[in-house]
Amino acid sequence: MNWRLPFFRGGDATAASAASVAELSDKPLAVRGLTVAYGQKPAVFSLDMTVEDGSMTAIIGPNGAGKSTTLKAVLGIVPRLSGVVTVYGQPLARSRERIAYVPQRASIDWDFPTRVIDVVLMGLVRELGLLRPVNAAHRQRAFGCLDRVGMRDFADRQIGQLSGGQQQRVFLARALAQGADLYLLDEPFAGVDAATERAIIDVLKALRAEGRTVVAVHHDLSTVRDYFDRVMMINVHKVAEGPVDEAFTEDNLQKAYGGRLAANLMDQLQLGGH
Amino acid sequence: MLFEALTLQLGYNATLVAVGAALLGIAAGAAGTFLFLRKRALVSDAISHSTLPGVGLAFLAMAVLGGDGRHLAGLLAGAALTSGLGLLAMHWLTRKTRLAEDAAIGAVLSVFFGFGVVLLTVIQTVSIGRPAGLTDFLLGATAGMLYHDAVLIAVAGALAVVAVWALRRPMTLVAFDAGFAAAAGINVRRVDLAVMGLVMAVTIIGLKVVGLVLIVALLIIPPVAARFWSERSDRVVGIAGVFGGLSGFVGAAISATAPALPTGPIIVLTAFGLFVVSLLFAPGRGLLVGWLRHRRQQRRIHMRQGLLAIAQDLPIYERYTLNLLVGAGLARPDGVPTELGHKRAAKACRDEARWAVARRMHSHEATVSRYDGLRPIEAVLTQDEIREIDRQIAGTDGEGCA
Repeated sequence: MNWRLPFFRGGDATAASAASVAELSDKPLAVRGLTVAYGQKPAVFSLDMTVEDGSMTAIIGPNGAGKSTTLKAVLGIVPRLSGVVTVYGQPLARSRERIAYVPQRASIDWDFPTRVIDVVLMGLVRELGLLRPVNAAHRQRAFGCLDRVGMRDFADRQIGQLSGGQQQRVFLARALAQGADLYLLDEPFAGVDAATERAIIDVLKALRAEGRTVVAVHHDLSTVRDYFDRVMMINVHKVAEGPVDEAFTEDNLQKAYGGRLAANLMDQLQLGGH
Repeated sequence: MLFEALTLQLGYNATLVAVGAALLGIAAGAAGTFLFLRKRALVSDAISHSTLPGVGLAFLAMAVLGGDGRHLAGLLAGAALTSGLGLLAMHWLTRKTRLAEDAAIGAVLSVFFGFGVVLLTVIQTVSIGRPAGLTDFLLGATAGMLYHDAVLIAVAGALAVVAVWALRRPMTLVAFDAGFAAAAGINVRRVDLAVMGLVMAVTIIGLKVVGLVLIVALLIIPPVAARFWSERSDRVVGIAGVFGGLSGFVGAAISATAPALPTGPIIVLTAFGLFVVSLLFAPGRGLLVGWLRHRRQQRRIHMRQGLLAIAQDLPIYERYTLNLLVGAGLARPDGVPTELGHKRAAKACRDEARWAVARRMHSHEATVSRYDGLRPIEAVLTQDEIREIDRQIAGTDGEGCA
C-alpha cells in the first residue's frame, strides 16, 4: 500500500511508453520529437536532444526560443503536445529521483515565510514523503549542501533577506540535497554578481568531476566556452547540438539569433569551426 | 454568564458546540493558511457563496420526501454538492478560457449566491416543510443546536485538522515553488484540488456555526494575523490554527449566552481583534516594533554620521544629529565636540575602517551581510579576527574613514 501515490507521481509508467523508449539510449537525457505549444504557436517544435553522460551542456538561443520551456516540458511542468523523454533510459516517472531542478529565481515570492534551511530541506521531499519527520541526519545533509555553496551561516535567515546571488545559491543547495545524477538549471547566472557566478560554476564543475551531468539554460554567450563542454542551440527548432568546438560557430549563432548578433561580438566569442 | 460560557460551565450541549467551533476554527485557520500562501484567498469566498443553492435544494428535496427538511447532515450534503459544482465551474473557467481567476470568482460567486437567494425566497412562499432557521446558514447560529449536530461538527472539524497536518508538506512546497514541486514529481493540480477540498470541507462544516457570508473571514483573517508573528510557514500554520480555534471558541461561547446574537459576526470580530493585536504588537513584523526599530536605527545612523563628521573635522548640518550628540555629551550646542566626542569619533572611525576590510574578506560573508555600520565591531567579530583585520589595515596606509 503506497500512501504517497495520490500526491507523488512516479512508478506508474504505462507499458506503451516503456516500449517506445526502449529504443532510446540510456543517456542521462534523451528527447525525441518534443513539441510544446502555448495557444496556437509552438514554443518548441519537434526537438531532438541527447545529453552525454558527465557533460556540461548549455542550452542557448534568443528570447522566446523555448529554452526554459524545453526544460519544463522535460520535467513535466508544462504539458507536451508530442515527444518522448527518457532519463537514463527510463521514462520520467521512473527516474524522478535522479533529476534535480533549479527554477528561475524570478518565479518565486521571496516574502514567503520560510528560512534558508527549510528551502534546502524541500529538496528531500521525495525521501520524506508526507509524514516522515525531519531528523538530525536530514538536517546534517541540508547543512552540508549549504556548505558547498558557502551559505551555511545563512541557514536561519528568511529567504527574502538574501541578495539575489545568495538566493540562487540556496536554490542550488536545494538541488544538491536532491542527490541527483542529472542537474537541470534554468538561467542559474541571471542577475547574480561575479562572485556568485564563480561560486555556482565551481559547484557545477565539481558535480561534473563526480561524474554527474549538468544542463543549464544560459544567456551569456561570452562565457559558454569557459563554462560548458557542449551546447544545444535552439530557436523553437533545434539549430545545432554538439561539443562547443563544433557547434558553437558563427554560422549556427547567426541561424539561431537570426543575424541579430553584432560582428564585433562574434569576434570576442573565439568561435569554433574556423 | 459570559464567564461561565468561556469556562465551559453552560451545560453539555453548549460545551460541545464551543469545542466543535474551536476545532472548526483550527481547521479553518490552518487550511486557510495554505490558500493564503498560494495567493488564492478569495477562492474561499466563491466556495462559501455557492453552498446556498445546495442548502435550498436539499431542503426542498427532504421536504418533498416528507419530513421537516431540516436535517443538518442532509442540508450540508446539498451545500457540498453545489459548492463542489461552483469550484469545478471556477476551475474550468480559469483553465479553459482566458478569464483570470478573480473574474471567475466574481462570476461564480454572484450567480450561485443569487440562485440560492431565489430558492430561499421560493421556499418561504410555498410553505413546505419547516423553513424557519434556514436563514441561520447565512450568518450562523449555535443557539438551540442539537446534540448530534454538534458532534457532527466536532468530528468533521477534527478530521479536517488531521488532513491539513498530513498534507502540509506538499501544500507548502506547491505554495512556495510550484515549478520545483512539479519537477520533484508532486502532482500540483491534485495538491491544489486538495487545498480547495479542505477549504470546501471547512466551509461546509462551518455553515451552521459561522454562516456562509462570513466563513471566508475565518479562513483568511487567522493566517493573515499569524503571518505577523513568524517567518516560518509551519509556525504560521500553527499560529493561524490557534487564532482560528480561539475565535471559534469565543464566538460560540458568547453566542450561547446571548441567543439573539448570530455566531458568525462574533467569531469574525474575535478574529479581527486578534488581527489588530498582531498587526500592532507582533514582534518581527508588527507595526509598533517596526516603528521603534526604525526610530532606533535612525538615531544610530545619525549618531554614527555625527561621529564620523567629528573625526573628519566636518561641520554637522542636521539639527537632529547635533541634538543627539549634545544629548550624549559628545558635542556642545554650538557644534564643537567635547573631549569624549573626539575619543568616540576616533573609535567610530577605526571601526569603519575595520568594517571596510571585513567586507572584503569573503570568510565573513554572513557577518558582513548583517553589517549596518552601527554595531560595535567587537560585538560581531572575535578578538582574533579583529587583530587580523587590524594587521591588514596596518599593511596599507589605512587611516580609515578620514
